[in-house]
Amino acid sequence: MNHIDLFLETMQSTLRDVIPIALVLIGFQMFVLRQKIAHAWRVLRGFIYVLLGLALFLMGLEEAIFPLGEVMASQLTNPAFLYGDLYQEGITVIESVQWQDYAWVYVFAFAIGLATTLAEPSLIAVGMKAQQVSGGAISAWGLRLAVSFGVAIGVSLGCFRIVTGTDLWLYIVVAYVLVIIQTIWAPKMIIPLAYDSGGVTTSTVTVPLLAALGLGLAATIPGRSPLIDGFGLIAFASVFPIMSVMGYAQISRWMEKRRQKEKSGKVAGTDVL
Amino acid sequence: MTLSDLAKQFRPLFEAARDLTPIILVILFFQELVLKQPIPNMEEMLIGLVMVLLGLALFVRGLEIGLFPLGESMAFAFAKKGNVIWLLLFAFLLGFGTTVAEPALIAVAGKAAEIAAQGGVIDTTAEAVDSYANGLRMTVALSVGTAIVLGVLRILKGWPLHFCIIGGYFVVVIMTYFAPDEIIGIAYDSGGVTTSTITVPLVTALGVGLASSIRGRNPMLDGFGLIAFASLLPMIFVMLYGILTT
Repeated sequence: MNHIDLFLETMQSTLRDVIPIALVLIGFQMFVLRQKIAHAWRVLRGFIYVLLGLALFLMGLEEAIFPLGEVMASQLTNPAFLYGDLYQEGITVIESVQWQDYAWVYVFAFAIGLATTLAEPSLIAVGMKAQQVSGGAISAWGLRLAVSFGVAIGVSLGCFRIVTGTDLWLYIVVAYVLVIIQTIWAPKMIIPLAYDSGGVTTSTVTVPLLAALGLGLAATIPGRSPLIDGFGLIAFASVFPIMSVMGYAQISRWMEKRRQKEKSGKVAGTDVL
Repeated sequence: MTLSDLAKQFRPLFEAARDLTPIILVILFFQELVLKQPIPNMEEMLIGLVMVLLGLALFVRGLEIGLFPLGESMAFAFAKKGNVIWLLLFAFLLGFGTTVAEPALIAVAGKAAEIAAQGGVIDTTAEAVDSYANGLRMTVALSVGTAIVLGVLRILKGWPLHFCIIGGYFVVVIMTYFAPDEIIGIAYDSGGVTTSTITVPLVTALGVGLASSIRGRNPMLDGFGLIAFASLLPMIFVMLYGILTT
């Protein structure tokens, strides 16, 4: 019974999200465009699939992944785990925080950032479109990997920032300066896609787990505010994918060039022979 | 049904399984080897994973047969009709409509109003808190509507995206300097919560569809970028709201 209630509740909130969009789409289709949609029933079926799929997806996450992920984030940032036998509740007070003590936190942040971004539904959608539009020059999987590595690097750096307590804006400004520099050199075709991938990473799967990690870290380290430091991780998760996607395009162009050079070198060689 | 038909039917399921494997591996690795603790509620966990798997596969299938074709066919129809005003109105309503009811935004706006009341920016009466939260929600919804309009205009005119976005970030930096401290964190966050899982595929299909049906536009160069606008503009609008309400 419990499951059915939860399913209905999730379904309801997904529906509330979709109704305004459906009204706009139907309104324009009927009164402005006044055109038959090709395969209207198929499209409707697709809409229902999306709705049901999202509701199931969100519910499964609530059930299986979020609770455990949140517990793990708080355990990993717990002083009892970090300092082992040295730490006993109520006796030892941690006065100075060494950033090296948090090594497992950075590894966890990297791994969970990578893994959750790979399962992010909006990114799957953008990847599919990118592969189709580019005629396969950009593979959906390659793009998603690039974005995921960006999020992973960003989030673990973000954890490092919370531990060391350096200014958030400093990191973000430096990151954007790097983005501007890369924009100048990166292949023109990738730039819009790279900018878009900053926006799609932070949605259904990634945000709740990142928030738990950030809040756990900020709560256990003296002098950090959960309000300010806990949320900063999301900003990292949106900037770094822009860099990694442009980097991915730059590297693949460079490899392509080298391959061509090698090929033409060989051809020239046989000519001489 | 031949074997390849069968494989095609189950392809979304296989892909969903591949997409979810990393999460499961990460959780197992940390739980078993680092934290050295058993997985609690194994049964619940497995049921949940099956739901996530089915959900993701259904979602992807729905994208392919529903949201993508619809977004594209509407974009083609607008391009054929050639009426810019209707197109821009559609763009605005799509952005505004998808954001105003977004649960994540409602939650963030409520929290922001509480913080503002505690910080003494507004009165602590329930009425004042509600009106602040509503104002913030409307501001974000307006900003996303405006963002999609600007993004569509950019596709029509063929402006280069990087000038718009980098220019926008300069505005963000300058406004961060003038905006009250309490609003900055919320402003930066609001850029992230606006792009929901249903908006992203629709808006992407709209952009790519428009860019492919207008002569002289390249779908790769001009079709993407709407989401970038939708994550940038809320930051500017929310900081402006913060400046105006204090």
